[in-house]
Amino acid sequence: MPIQVLMPALSPTMEKGNLAKWLKKEGETIKSGDVIAEIETDKATMEVEATDEGTLGRILIPEGTADVAVNTPIATILADGESAADLAKAPAPAKAEAAPAEAKAEAPAPKPAAPAPAAPVVAAAPDPEVPAGTEMVTQTIREALRDAMAEEMRRDPDVFIMGEEVAEYQGAYKVSQGLLQEFGARRVIDTPITEHGFAGVGIGAAMAGLKPIVEFMTWNFAMQAMDQIINSAAKTLYMSGGQMGCSIVFRGPNGAAARVAAQHSQDYAAWYSQVPGLKVIAPYSAADYKGLLKAAIRDPNPVIFLENEVLYGHSGEVPKLDDFVVPIGKARVARAGKDVTIVSWAMGMSYALKAADELAKEGIEAEVIDLRTIRPMDTETIVASVKKTGRAVTVEEGWQQSGVGAEIAARIMEHAFDYLDAPVTRVSGKDVPMPYAANLEKLALPSVAEVVAAAKAVSYR
Amino acid sequence: MAAPKKSVAKESGQEASSPPEFTREQELKALRDMLLIRRFEEKAGQLYGMGAIGGFCHLYIGQEAVVVGMQMALKPGDEVITGYRDHGHMLACGMDAKGVMAELTGRRGGYSKGKGGSMHMFSMEKNFFGGHGIVGAQVSLGTGLAFANRYRGNDFVSVTYFGDGAANQGQVYESFNMAELWKLPVIYVIENNRYAMGTSVSRASAQQDFSKRGVSFNIPGKQVDGMDVRAVKAAADEATAWCRAGKGPFILEMQTYRYRGHSMSDPAKYRTREEVEKVRHDQDPIEQVRNRLLAAKVSEQELKAMDAEVRDIVNAAADFAQHDPEPDPSELYADIYR
Repeated sequence: MPIQVLMPALSPTMEKGNLAKWLKKEGETIKSGDVIAEIETDKATMEVEATDEGTLGRILIPEGTADVAVNTPIATILADGESAADLAKAPAPAKAEAAPAEAKAEAPAPKPAAPAPAAPVVAAAPDPEVPAGTEMVTQTIREALRDAMAEEMRRDPDVFIMGEEVAEYQGAYKVSQGLLQEFGARRVIDTPITEHGFAGVGIGAAMAGLKPIVEFMTWNFAMQAMDQIINSAAKTLYMSGGQMGCSIVFRGPNGAAARVAAQHSQDYAAWYSQVPGLKVIAPYSAADYKGLLKAAIRDPNPVIFLENEVLYGHSGEVPKLDDFVVPIGKARVARAGKDVTIVSWAMGMSYALKAADELAKEGIEAEVIDLRTIRPMDTETIVASVKKTGRAVTVEEGWQQSGVGAEIAARIMEHAFDYLDAPVTRVSGKDVPMPYAANLEKLALPSVAEVVAAAKAVSYR
Repeated sequence: MAAPKKSVAKESGQEASSPPEFTREQELKALRDMLLIRRFEEKAGQLYGMGAIGGFCHLYIGQEAVVVGMQMALKPGDEVITGYRDHGHMLACGMDAKGVMAELTGRRGGYSKGKGGSMHMFSMEKNFFGGHGIVGAQVSLGTGLAFANRYRGNDFVSVTYFGDGAANQGQVYESFNMAELWKLPVIYVIENNRYAMGTSVSRASAQQDFSKRGVSFNIPGKQVDGMDVRAVKAAADEATAWCRAGKGPFILEMQTYRYRGHSMSDPAKYRTREEVEKVRHDQDPIEQVRNRLLAAKVSEQELKAMDAEVRDIVNAAADFAQHDPEPDPSELYADIYR
């Protein structure tokens, strides 16, 4: 029976890609290992090798097709002795991707090229720092981050970026794409795989007055560098009586990506937010990614900038301004409402905003606050909202014990106890290491349904 | 296992030839700088015993030649960074004894306004980058100081001190690798005082020749008699020239000895009194210079005057450190962010 060639998944978070080019024609002989096609993802162009031998029977997806879902049959290969007449026997395409697609239905991943309905800019109250009538450009979060770094590097010759694969490879997640070409190897520096060491080197350079951007391939690996981040970067200004600080940004993807299991799927927002001397930022929208990274690079303190791999390919609107900087420490009311306050940040916002849509259908108007900065925390915006709604739900991907949600609940209790009509409720990642299996991973993360249920519970509905 | 009873430096295979002579001015400067450290540390030990200094306090007595000899080879703009046995480094960098002592007593006139203590002091003015309490952390940081020099294209050198104990930390080797890879101007000064707290080098180190610790990274290294300030200065000259020429890092193993315990609370039961006495008697870095000066007909009186001047500085520092007020309570929340 003819063999189907399926659209391959080329990274843990890839859901679709463009079929850029066919390198074999129908009727051509194919040997195992032959490159038959080129596929573009949002990160790279990858070659597809044949794993079977035979003749390329039929090309099912023509070259130039965009957004081909993973697991879609893209061609059929005829084995020796088979002919075009056998093509009819090939199993019907479709349904191949049923499982992953379903798993994602409610899950984080907004599609890179086709923004999901609850795109970050939807329902977002205009930021006060953007003048009315400002032109908006649509770009991916990956591009927003790159532009933020490039703009700051043009502005200040003391700013440089170092990390694993940031230069010649163009970034493990392509966030630093093009920076080496523009700024050269002096300012875009590939490091060995040595997190503890290069974090310390970056901090030392910052103590000498430079402004490093230290990229961790993911925050999971920064556990090795935590001593330097906390003991050296966060505390030295205080220990030196204000003489010697350290202007440095540590950035990289944080939290769960997709199917990368426990050691590679952890949310560090709560960990770093406990430390005086650090600022901790975890944006959701493309505009905030850009404006807050620029603010972080300019900030004279050590800043922890938590990104999300799943969001890198997500597009959003970014104000077209020469110098768009979002202030650190200010939350944003992403959706106004009067019945219940939902506080979240980063990836949690995707659950929160979708839940607000669901709740609206049932007549509950949720106010969704995007915290954006975890430390310093904008208690004022949270409390003002809770005083209005009398109810609050927090949403985070991290663990519940000693989590950011716990801190928010405590602050609401301290500042708005008399306004509460129900206990503050937390929706969070489950109290388990992240499992690998798709169904268990989905269970371990928060869901829209959980947020909806929590909002209804505090509303006694 | 008992520590080997070898004398410091003498049996370690270094060149036996004596180092280049100092001029009289150099001898006098070295003597004065070492005396200041010794008297300061003796006073600090005394104040600790009186309860005026709290927490941890690691004295540098016995190791004075290392920092004084190194400093004689530096020029303004070079950076210095070290671990927690740091009082000597600060004084050698020219930091004010009053400010250092007042930090030890936790007073507002201390270099860190009383918020850092013995292990955490800094002076941007003197290019002294601390004063770091986590064993080995300063090695990556010092490598970063060198990175900044290279980034800026100047010819300054980062002098990064650490001990034989810290030399076993992983980040030291991560730093060695990057320093040689990027040809960073950093001198790694390993102060081998033979004991990492209570653990002798022979009980903790597979490779006890610390000058070879950079071999797998192609970093040149040298063992130096760290009790002879002239030998230290000569080695420092060679290393600084190497770094300033853009050739990358250099390792200097300073074979030295601390007379006191690891910290004030260490009774030092892991070595014999005789071992300490023998080093003091045979190799004391201050006595070596004093004897040479006396042999060169510098008068006893001149040396006594120097000693008196140093004692005055130390006494004034101790007086200041005990009478300066504690930090204002408002300092509690100051300096967390800029």
